[in-house]
Amino acid sequence: MLGVKRSDLPLDKDAHSRFLPWLIAFMVFLAVLAIGGILVLNATASRWDQGIGGTLTVQIAATEDPLKDQNNLQEVLNVIAAQAGVERYLVIEEDRMMALLEPWLGPDAKAGDLPLPKLIDVGLADEASFDMKGFTRQLQLRVPEATVDDHRVWLQRLVNLIRTVELIAIAILVFIALATVGTVVFTTRTGLAVHKEAIEVLHLIGAQDSYIAGQFAGRAMMLGLKGGIIGLILGLPALMAVGYLAKSLEDAALPDLTFGPLEWIIFAAIPLGVAFLAMTTARSTVLRSLGRML
Amino acid sequence: MSKGNIARFENVGLRYGLGPEVLRDVTFSLESGSFHFLVGESGAGKSSLLKLLYLALKPSRGLISLFGADIATTPRPQLPALRRQIGVVFQEFRLLEHLSAFDNVALPLRVAGIKEADVNRHVTELLEWVGLKDHMKSRPPTLSGGQQQRVSIARAVIARPKLLLADEPTGNVDDRMALRLMHLFEELNRLGTTIVVATHNMALVDGLGYPILRLDAGTLATVAGSGNKSAAREWRESRESAEQQARAQARARRERRRGETDEQDADPPGIENFL
Repeated sequence: MLGVKRSDLPLDKDAHSRFLPWLIAFMVFLAVLAIGGILVLNATASRWDQGIGGTLTVQIAATEDPLKDQNNLQEVLNVIAAQAGVERYLVIEEDRMMALLEPWLGPDAKAGDLPLPKLIDVGLADEASFDMKGFTRQLQLRVPEATVDDHRVWLQRLVNLIRTVELIAIAILVFIALATVGTVVFTTRTGLAVHKEAIEVLHLIGAQDSYIAGQFAGRAMMLGLKGGIIGLILGLPALMAVGYLAKSLEDAALPDLTFGPLEWIIFAAIPLGVAFLAMTTARSTVLRSLGRML
Repeated sequence: MSKGNIARFENVGLRYGLGPEVLRDVTFSLESGSFHFLVGESGAGKSSLLKLLYLALKPSRGLISLFGADIATTPRPQLPALRRQIGVVFQEFRLLEHLSAFDNVALPLRVAGIKEADVNRHVTELLEWVGLKDHMKSRPPTLSGGQQQRVSIARAVIARPKLLLADEPTGNVDDRMALRLMHLFEELNRLGTTIVVATHNMALVDGLGYPILRLDAGTLATVAGSGNKSAAREWRESRESAEQQARAQARARRERRRGETDEQDADPPGIENFL
């Protein structure tokens, strides 16, 4: 069907199909944004999953007595060292704490100004088998000021949120595909009605259904490809503009909008996918309609 | 099912929707190589009968077999193969207006997947035969009624059908053209094509003396040909003078054409007389 250069039906002169590439371009534009969103969210969710998963933070609230603070820290470190399943642990230095707090406190704040808690970053060998309850109880018993900050609950909620947004984006993508199919179906049906007489003659002359359907399918494929490319040309710069703006904020919490080779291949495949969708839709529409003829 | 039968109708009835039966208990068979006229008043069901024959309609009841295949039990994907053995000259020509005369005539070959080089050769040859060599690239709307008719006939015969159906092929042309057309059909018939011509032109029917299928309000009576061949000859001869002039012109045209191509010699004998 792809090789049909000469067409028996003047489909290329049909006024009603002229708007099809632009409708498809609009659909593809939306699809590019939705797919971009899905890719970014997916990457973010798995980055967070891996980046913060497998760690926990032990926090020791500061007391009035520096000596007690020192003892508390030593005690906690003993507990951590004795705990099975701990791979590594690190006491966060005061300089680093001040650096983290600088955006809120300003550059002039000094370590002694505030009763800063001690933070210990604990890396776990295996998150699943770690005895979180036992560890927490042990710590609370020995050092009442110590609390365990488990990222997992907070993180799980965040990942759930991202996955939900992702599902919505996928649903949008499905709706876009359905709308595209519907548009192609109606365009093809109009074409069938416009060329009814010629189709009937072809049919009576002994044309197979696939011969007639092939002409519609070839035409729809070209229109789909055209619309897909236009949509991609409009959609990618929009996506990159959003990425550029997000990057200029330099905020680590914002998702990263840079794409790797796999993502680029997915984007490049959109026009081809749309062309294929339009082709098969037109083909099955014509076949269904011809099936009603003897 | 006798092998000599191209088409066989048994108790065929046809109605459109819930309307009255347009055809009732139609039973006949077309022997291979036969020539029939299909006559009857307007509305008697001639076109409906032809539509059944060229597989545009399914009968409401009864049995139709074409080329030995019962069309009720033939799977739909195999019907195009049957249709390709049937050439149809439609009453209103039904040429595709956006295609040139050449492409219109080429349709049956292209639909059958014939190689483009062969399509080119056959179509060019046939259009030369029917005297449309200079109009191959013209679109139907720019052609005269007679020229369109010749394109339509060329399209019907290009794939050498076993069965040729013509619905009022002489409806819009003068007697001289009608006769030339009939000669062309006779020539094809002599080459083995089974022919059914639906017509109102009783002078033509009586003149040529072929068997008649007469439809009367949806029922069929097969009437043998008048058998009076001499009467037919007289009728023909009375138009000889008109013919002669046309023939002389055709001959002159042919002479000129022969200068350009020698392929003319490959024409089956007889057909050239009608150009």
